[in-house]
Order: sequence, then structure tokens, then C-alpha cells
Amino acid sequence: MSEYSVLRLIANTITGHANWRRAWRDPEPRKSYDVIIVGGGGHGLATAFYLAKNHRVGSIAVLEKGWLGGGNTGRNTTIVRSNYMLEGHAHFYEKSLQLWEQLSRELNYNVMFSQRGVLNLGHSDAQMDGFARRGNSMRLNGIDAELLDRDQVRRRIPYLDFSDSARFPIYGGILQPRGGTARHDAVAWGLARGADRLGVDIIQNCEVTGFKTQGNQITAIETTRGEIGCGKVGFAVAGNTTQLTSKLGLKMPIESHVLQAFVTEPVKPLIDSVVTFGASHFYISQSDKGGLVLGGDLDFYNSYAQRGNMPTIEHVMAAGQAMIPGLSRMRILRHWGGVMDMSMDGSPIIGTSPIDNLYLNCGWCYGGFKATPGSGWVFAHTIANGEPHPINAKLTLDRFERGKLIDEGGKGPFPGHH
Amino acid sequence: MIIIDCPYCGPRDHAEFTYVGDAARTRPAEDASQATWFDYVYLRDNPRGPHLEYWQHSSGCRAMVKVLRDTSSHRVLACGLPADQLEAEQLEAGHLEAGQ
Ligand SMILES: Cc1cc2nc3c(=O)[nH]c(=O)nc-3n(C[C@H](O)[C@H](O)[C@H](O)COP(=O)(O)OP(=O)(O)OC[C@H]3O[C@@H](n4cnc5c(N)ncnc54)[C@H](O)[C@@H]3O)c2cc1C
Ligand SMILES: [Zn+2]
Repeated sequence: MSEYSVLRLIANTITGHANWRRAWRDPEPRKSYDVIIVGGGGHGLATAFYLAKNHRVGSIAVLEKGWLGGGNTGRNTTIVRSNYMLEGHAHFYEKSLQLWEQLSRELNYNVMFSQRGVLNLGHSDAQMDGFARRGNSMRLNGIDAELLDRDQVRRRIPYLDFSDSARFPIYGGILQPRGGTARHDAVAWGLARGADRLGVDIIQNCEVTGFKTQGNQITAIETTRGEIGCGKVGFAVAGNTTQLTSKLGLKMPIESHVLQAFVTEPVKPLIDSVVTFGASHFYISQSDKGGLVLGGDLDFYNSYAQRGNMPTIEHVMAAGQAMIPGLSRMRILRHWGGVMDMSMDGSPIIGTSPIDNLYLNCGWCYGGFKATPGSGWVFAHTIANGEPHPINAKLTLDRFERGKLIDEGGKGPFPGHH
Repeated sequence: MIIIDCPYCGPRDHAEFTYVGDAARTRPAEDASQATWFDYVYLRDNPRGPHLEYWQHSSGCRAMVKVLRDTSSHRVLACGLPADQLEAEQLEAGHLEAGQ
């Protein structure tokens, strides 16, 4: 399969775009693979891509029950950032951001990564102190962060509610200039094409329904397209993680919840960065088509339904109007939901499992899109070497049992604080 | 919208309630093993399908309501008081299959 380039674009334009070849193959599953990744979202595809690119592990397949990126990868609001503070998070998310910065070139596919900046608003002295602490920790780790006062925020985004009657007056904010957004589908497609070009078999419409085990090993995977033998197995199925682990008798520190997102009718350029509200859970950016992309809290009940309910919608819209009063007359064009893999400390799990040849990648909560390349990179390393890379070494499954929770939210050692 | 039938107040919109979560777990004895406590605090069955859960009627009578709800459709199958055996009753009435 050939490189994409301006010359190819011109050549194909002259021939009426009739000669583009498909971007990846559609192979029949083989009898067995050395490594099988379950889940064809961004994380599964990135894992396969970096396994094929950086490691020698033999044959690789990705099994996806639906279509590529039909899960949370295609449903998220695409915010990419690395404004994390804690050991165990900071270097991992920063690695991911660095991979984003070169991803389009690495894949020869435009993932439309746009470093438009991510700004979190602060609405009290305490919140600003917290931001200063976070920003300082980030800078000590070599991650960009800028603390902005009220006037600096106002110069950047004058249409926020700076009035005297604002319910939550804006004190300032913290900005990560290198943060931004990317095009979700392009990420899935670019990684799929990249993995396929390195020989990975990407098998869609192939749901994993069960496992054959021997001793403490998975020997074969049962799918809707037949049984497939396996060497090593990696799960990257987000909200469906416990659907698979329960078949292996593994109980997980994970609940599946629904998170909704919204897009408005397209308008002229209005919001040129990502802005989050500090007084309530709300965030907004603008897509290249002009739609305002916004979201907020979980619905807060267990769900696999991929759709949410009205109270959350009302809450998100109310928060949006409190932050930007001018939104009040915008119309929502579409809304949808995804099934989130909410871990008990709000941090992901990437590592080994109690089963010898099974590796786990889950617990992404609200924020796994930004982690896509980093997650694939460390998960590939973990699978190839049978042990974590130093930057995902703290994101283990057994941290809950050992009391080594990664509590970025600063909410204390309690479960279910998602 | 999810409608929860509070045993005291009758059917109400779920926005009046606070979700408390999995009601199938039982708090272990104080001196139970570390492993038992770990299981209780952190691990969940997280089923797709009927899920036994608590919702507190926090903007109403403040009672804890036990609810059996299908997590794949949000359909409420039964509501009752915490001591009620909702699953057993549903099985008996033929609304649930054994093993679900
Ligand atoms: C509304 C919303 C907004 C979000 N906003 C952001 C954001 O702004 N920034 C951010 O960083 N993150 C965000 N996230 C989170 C982010 O989308 C996810 O964490 C991330 O995309 C997860 O990627 P994944 O590859 O692990 O999962 P997915 O993309 O969900 O991929 C998992 C795949 O596994 C497949 N699968 C499941 N079960 C099986 C099976 N049995 N057999 C075969 N295949 C199976 C599914 O079909 C799916 O395609 C958001 C999520 C949602 C829902
Ligand atoms: Zn009541």
C-alpha cells in the first residue's frame, strides 16, 4: 500500500478519485496468532502498531466485534493533554503527548492533531493554589504549564461570564499550551492502516465470546468467526472489560458507566482552544466543521446502554451557560453516549494479569483518548517483554490490593470516586 | 428517564435520587481477612443485564431504595426496601432467568 502525498492526491484528483486503494486489508482470521489484541479501538490498534513496529513478537491480530473506532474512540470529545501531577501518571501522559506530536508523520496519515491549548478555569483562591501546585509539579517534570490571572484569561476568552453577577467568578486559570484536540476517526483509521502495513491482521465483525484455557494459560479464543489459537492475549475493550474478564473468573475494580457528549449546529470560529469550567464538570471546544463539542459528568449509574438520560443533559447545558452566557441560543445537533471503564481510583490499569499470558489495558475513565499512542506504546512493551515499562510500572492491577492507589483527583483513598 | 418506585413516595424521576451502587455486596465482619475486605471495597461484578443496586431518595424521603435494573437498557425490573429479595421474587414471577 502506497504512501499518501500531495503528488498522489493530485494524481488521484486527475483520475476522479476512482483509483484510491483500500487503506487496510480485510483478511480472514488465521488458525492462530502469536499475539491477539481484543478490541479495535484506538488503544488496541495503537498496541498492534507499536508491537509490529518496535518489537519482534511474530504474528499479530486485532479482533474487533463491530467496526474500528465504533467504541469510545469514535465517541469521545478528543481532548488531548498531559497536565498530570502524580508519579505514575505524569511521565506516562507526557510520553503520550510526545507521540501525538509526531503521530501524523509516523503514520503518514493526518490525525489532525491541533495543539490549540487546554485551559482550565479557576473560581476560588483555593482552586488557584491547587493550580499553582499542579503547574509547578508539571514544570518540574518538564511538562508545559502556565498560570493565568483573571485579566490574562479575559484577554484570551473575553466572552466567558466576567460580569459582577457571575455565580462562579473567574479568578484565573491554568493553561497547557501543547494540549489540544485530534480527529478521532482519523486516529483509528491511521493506526489501522499503519498496523496493517506492518503485517497486522485487523479482523472486524469478530466478537470474542469465550476462552479455552489450560492451567493458568489461555490457549484459544472463541469468536463469532471461529476459534483462534493464541500465544499472548491483550484486552483493550474499555467499558466491556469485565464482560471478558468475568469469563475467566477474574473480578475487576471496574464499573461501566455512561458518559454523554454533545455537538451544536456549526457556527463561525468562536472558541479557539479547549476550555474547562472549574466550578462544575463542563468542557468545550470547536471542531473544524464549526460545531461546538461539549460534555460534562457521567450519568452516574452502571450502564452498558451507550446512551444517557435527560437530567445530565440539562446539567451540562446549565453549566455551559453559566460559563459562556452566549451559548444560550445555540442548538444541539446531536448527542450520544459511550460506555466508560471507570476504575476505582480513576486511573488506568496497563499491565500483567493473574493469568500468565493475559495482559490488561483498561480503566480509562473519562480520559483515555489522549492516552491512545502512549497506551499502545507501553502496552506493546509490556506484552512483548512480559513486564511493564518503567512509565507504566505503577499502573498495575494489584495496586488496589496493595493500597498504592493513584489518586490524581486528590479525593483520598476511597473507591468509586468517579 | 429512569422511574424509580420509592416504597414510601411512589414512582419518581431518578433525578430525585442519588445512585449508591451495587447492592449485591455484603459488608464483611470487622475481623474478616484482608482479601475479603479488598473484594468488598474494590471489586465489582459489573454485570451487563439485571443489576441489583441502591438508590437513595435524597431529594425525597431519604430512604435507601433497592432497585433491580437492566444495565443494557436502563429498564427497571423491580423496586423495594433494602431487605427485600428482589431477585428471588423476579425469578419466581418468571421475569428473570436463573443465572442472570
Ligand atoms: C462521551 C465521551 C467523551 C470522552 N472525551 C474524552 C476526551 O475528551 N479526552 C480523552 O482523552 N478521552 C475521552 N474519553 C475517553 C476515551 O474515549 C476512551 O478512554 C478511549 O477512547 C478508549 O479507547 P479504547 O481503544 O480503550 O476503547 P474503545 O474505543 O471503546 O475500543 C474498544 C473496542 O473493543 C471492542 N470490543 C468490546 N468487546 C469486544 C469483544 N468481546 N470482542 C471484540 N471486540 C470487543 C469494542 O467494539 C470497541 O471498538 C471520552 C469518552 C466518551 C464516551
Ligand atoms: Zn421516597
